[in-house]
Amino acid sequence: MEKREYTIIADTGIHARPATLLVQQASKFNSDITLDYKGKSVNLKSIMGVMSLGVGKGAEVSITADGADEKEAIAGIEETIKNEGMAE
Amino acid sequence: MTSKVSGIAASDGIAHAKAYLLVEPDLTIEKNEISDTDAEMKRLTEATDKAKEQLTKIRAIAAESLGEEEAQVFDAHIMVLSDPDLMDQTKAVIDSENVNAEYAFKQVTNTFITMFEGMEDNAYMQERAADIRDVRKRVIANLLNVTLPSPATIEEEVIIIAEDLTPSDTAQLNKKYVKAFVTNVGGRTSHSAIMARSLEIPAIVGTKDITERVSENDQLIVDGLEGDVYINPSEEEISSFNKKAEDYDKLKLEWDQLLNEPSVTKDGKHVELAANIGTPKDLVGVKDNGGEGIGLYRTEFLYMDSAELPTEEDQYEAYKKVLEGMEGKPVVVRTMDIGGDKELPYLELPKEMNPFLGYRAIRVSLDQDSIFRTQLRALLRASVHGTLRIMFPMIATLQEFREAKAILEEEKTLLIKKGVEVSDSIEVGIMIEIPAAAVLADQFAKEVDFFSIGTNDLIQYTMAADRMNEQVSYLYQPYNPSILRLVKMVIDAAHNEGKWAGMCGEMAGDQIAVPLLIGLGLDEFSMSATSILKTRSLLKKLDSDEMKELSHKAVTECTTVDEVIELVNQYVKD
Repeated sequence: MEKREYTIIADTGIHARPATLLVQQASKFNSDITLDYKGKSVNLKSIMGVMSLGVGKGAEVSITADGADEKEAIAGIEETIKNEGMAE
Repeated sequence: MTSKVSGIAASDGIAHAKAYLLVEPDLTIEKNEISDTDAEMKRLTEATDKAKEQLTKIRAIAAESLGEEEAQVFDAHIMVLSDPDLMDQTKAVIDSENVNAEYAFKQVTNTFITMFEGMEDNAYMQERAADIRDVRKRVIANLLNVTLPSPATIEEEVIIIAEDLTPSDTAQLNKKYVKAFVTNVGGRTSHSAIMARSLEIPAIVGTKDITERVSENDQLIVDGLEGDVYINPSEEEISSFNKKAEDYDKLKLEWDQLLNEPSVTKDGKHVELAANIGTPKDLVGVKDNGGEGIGLYRTEFLYMDSAELPTEEDQYEAYKKVLEGMEGKPVVVRTMDIGGDKELPYLELPKEMNPFLGYRAIRVSLDQDSIFRTQLRALLRASVHGTLRIMFPMIATLQEFREAKAILEEEKTLLIKKGVEVSDSIEVGIMIEIPAAAVLADQFAKEVDFFSIGTNDLIQYTMAADRMNEQVSYLYQPYNPSILRLVKMVIDAAHNEGKWAGMCGEMAGDQIAVPLLIGLGLDEFSMSATSILKTRSLLKKLDSDEMKELSHKAVTECTTVDEVIELVNQYVKD
């Protein structure tokens, strides 16, 4: 199991385009991937799940991947997060 | 037998094609008890797979005919359909409650819709809720075996019949095949009307019940000149309308001859015929129609077509493109006019009882000046690429103008200090749309470089009649003597101070209004690009002294709008 934590710095939080890109990226991997925020955990491959969290600027979130390609998954997702300026 | 339906003629031209009803089928569902839940889940999977296939196909057609950007809305829909949570939850409901797929899917999607609609950042979440509703419609239609209208896949010539057309409806239309629009609701300034004029196809709006009167595949003739729709016309009618359409085409050819001609009256008085645009893409239409400038560049599309505030760089690029594209011809850019009927998903504006009388345009700009400053910097930087004129919307008091101008000067000084090049001949003016500003125009004229009269709002505020409310649409009276008097005050005030006055509402391209406005001395007429050549042709028939006499009579003697129209018809004969 791989896990990373982030502080969201994008003004729009995880919303709109960033949310879409994250879900698209997560869906490329076989591992189970979850996004945790404020004690709630959702499937990062579910756009509705991700948006239902309402992650805003300044939020502390963690992303966990569990499965055969968990390392690649976490690395791939981190790339999206940084490229989109969601977190540092 | 032919039947005839009349409405408001919103865009010129004549079309003959079959009807395409952009009306939703009945998607009422029942709750049924199911014993074979596996079969029910299979039905669900088949319906969603089919929906994905349909959407992928629609997306491809939309990307080709409308462009990549418009097609992206379908990506969001496909993504919702591929959502594992949505599918798993629906299957769980089928399994645990032994209910049919339609019912389970509706129930689960309802939970998401309710959740999104209840969340903060409401406008954005409303859109996501709308995406889910759209997708649900498609899945349920597939489950019920009914066909949804899919305007993006139209592949033959049609006339669109609808209750109303929203921007997202028209975004999905394959415009190559759409010959006309006819809607139940709307007026000359509604979205479908403006869209039709920019597509140069006829449109009739406000027919009240066209969707009830027409059936799929009925043959229709749309006479956009008179505002009439003929349902299943006879052979004779068809040939008589073909003749009328030919005459109209001839007239249009005549107008096309005027493309590079100056805009002058019969006695040689020159006025400027400019165009209203919303995005740099509209420049093509301006050139094709011989526009002598941009009289209104509505910058709010930069804000509305984006999920977040447009950056200074994005704005700079757009302004530069327009200024360069016009090759030195003047471009009047209106600063952000958000609020009223234009909401932004990322900017939380409070819901208001009377949005048109509330927090909008310059009122927002002065209150949240960081957004305003970003726009002004982008404009100032772009100013070296052409002839820029900056216009502030919704100015009610001189204080507002002074404050806005001071912010502009501040930003200009800062940029120059940083070594950025800024044009030193930028005219700064205001839009006259609030009666208070029109009445005090003589004082404003001492401080502004120009006026541009925004008639759509000026009329609505003067008549106290919401232009979105059909029950009071009779009060949209551009030629009412009261409106003409206000217009005259504004033009006279500008001229007394050696300034110019333009107009950028629907009225500027209105064939009854133009003779009056020539008489009142209006300097610049800004309209839909497609009205320019028609107006240039009309100008050639008008004598400015006669029009002066006409407008003087209209302002001093006429008591009602009907008297004004009669008077114009006496002075202007074909």
